[in-house]
Amino acid sequence: MTDFINIFSYSFMLRALIVGVLISLCSALLGTSLVLKRYSMIGDGLSHVGFGALALSSALHLSPLSVAIPVVVIAAVFLLRLTSSSRLKGDSAIAVISTCALAIGVIIVSVSGTNTDLSNYMFGSILSLTTADTVTSVIVTVIVAILFIFFYHRIFAVTFDEDFSVATGVKASFINTVLAVLTSVTVVIGMRMMGTLLVSSLIIFPPLSAIRLCKTFKGVTITCAIISVTAFLLGLMLSYELSLPTGATIVVTNLSLMLISFIIDKIKNHIKRKKSDS
Amino acid sequence: MSLINCKNLTIGYNDRVILKDLNFSVGENDYLYIIGENGSGKSTLIKSLLKLQKAIGGEIEYCENLNSKEIGYLPQQSSIQKDFPASVEEIVLSGCINKMGLKPFYSAKNKRKALHNMELMKINSLRKESYQNLSGGQQQRVLLARALTSSSKALLLDEPVTSLDPIAASDMYSLIETINKEYRIAVIMVSHDINAAFKYATHILHLTKSGVFFGTTQEYKNSEFHKRFYGGGIYD
Repeated sequence: MTDFINIFSYSFMLRALIVGVLISLCSALLGTSLVLKRYSMIGDGLSHVGFGALALSSALHLSPLSVAIPVVVIAAVFLLRLTSSSRLKGDSAIAVISTCALAIGVIIVSVSGTNTDLSNYMFGSILSLTTADTVTSVIVTVIVAILFIFFYHRIFAVTFDEDFSVATGVKASFINTVLAVLTSVTVVIGMRMMGTLLVSSLIIFPPLSAIRLCKTFKGVTITCAIISVTAFLLGLMLSYELSLPTGATIVVTNLSLMLISFIIDKIKNHIKRKKSDS
Repeated sequence: MSLINCKNLTIGYNDRVILKDLNFSVGENDYLYIIGENGSGKSTLIKSLLKLQKAIGGEIEYCENLNSKEIGYLPQQSSIQKDFPASVEEIVLSGCINKMGLKPFYSAKNKRKALHNMELMKINSLRKESYQNLSGGQQQRVLLARALTSSSKALLLDEPVTSLDPIAASDMYSLIETINKEYRIAVIMVSHDINAAFKYATHILHLTKSGVFFGTTQEYKNSEFHKRFYGGGIYD
């Protein structure tokens, strides 16, 4: 354990710790609603759009986040509209947009020449965060968390029963847009840590574990945040000790926590059934 | 005075017309039953009344002080995820969202109203329970408490007793009667239960593919319409 504390005397590890904890927290908060709304693949789709945007920014020599955040936000709002108008089914719409963005990104990269920054984004490299990256990430994630708390009850209402919300005069499409914007910002910031290919795991795994363990929305949200941060800390520690890639290690710890919560749920159900039998 | 007034209303999905030239009104404190076979447009009508769906033609007039913040809605049970993690209290309180304005959290007044409705629906002891662990009848009472929390003048109920056992169904009927009589809230209910309609309804709207009846329950009992569809009288 002291080993674990010692490693944060390196400033790059400290930066990774701060940003990682905040990202894990935000993605867990938003993830609960996305998973329950059956929107979990949106995170995956948006990360691919993010990759395209980063390729563009590096070709134009612009700062990565200033291009990626607006592009991904627009894509998210667009995806939501597509999904609700239902001309094209939600999952195919996401697949079409994400693969297109990825393809365009790959073409831009091959035309403009490869770039190490980009491969960092593909597979994640939380240890190479600059101070400026850290400051941006902290500001953005804190804003996401505050907005989530502000909209918490509304997000619950719209997630539980959208028709009822609309019928009683709640602007559900606005709440959905807020959710999409917050998600896209979180995904873009999270890509730095997890990589384009793995970032959606942060949104999907912790809610799936938490839903097994808790049966109220508040309980799920809080448990989800705890699981997500725990998985990040364990993953970071393991990846440091065993020299493994950070993003991939975090996915594996998340998977382990999910399996554990599935087992706990099974045991609880078994005990309950035994009780009601006797 | 009527709360809702439908004039020459035409409704349907996309451009496919399901019902044409519908005329009826709902007054304060009325108890309107909407009956009709499957596919006759009952649920579409409810969705149009709630503005979830645009009417194709004609108009729906709402009385001046009836906006969507005063209409409560109980959706068909199948529209809600069975395994959603939420406590009874969380669900009933969510009926207040439309009255929160710009505030992020529920006020003490909101909480009192939710609590009162939970007591009225006899689910107060289940407050901290999870929705997914409740019986069908309890789940419906939770949703009814939420609808009451969101409304003060009218309730739209889409098949509230379908899929309930007879005891739970009669519980539900008497709760709805209390709401209508003691709290003076207009009730519009979609149902297949013609016996209950005769027992509780003040008005009946019968939708069929070949025509529509609207009138008081007594008028309906005496009508050709009733005789044609139910053989007349045998339910009395």
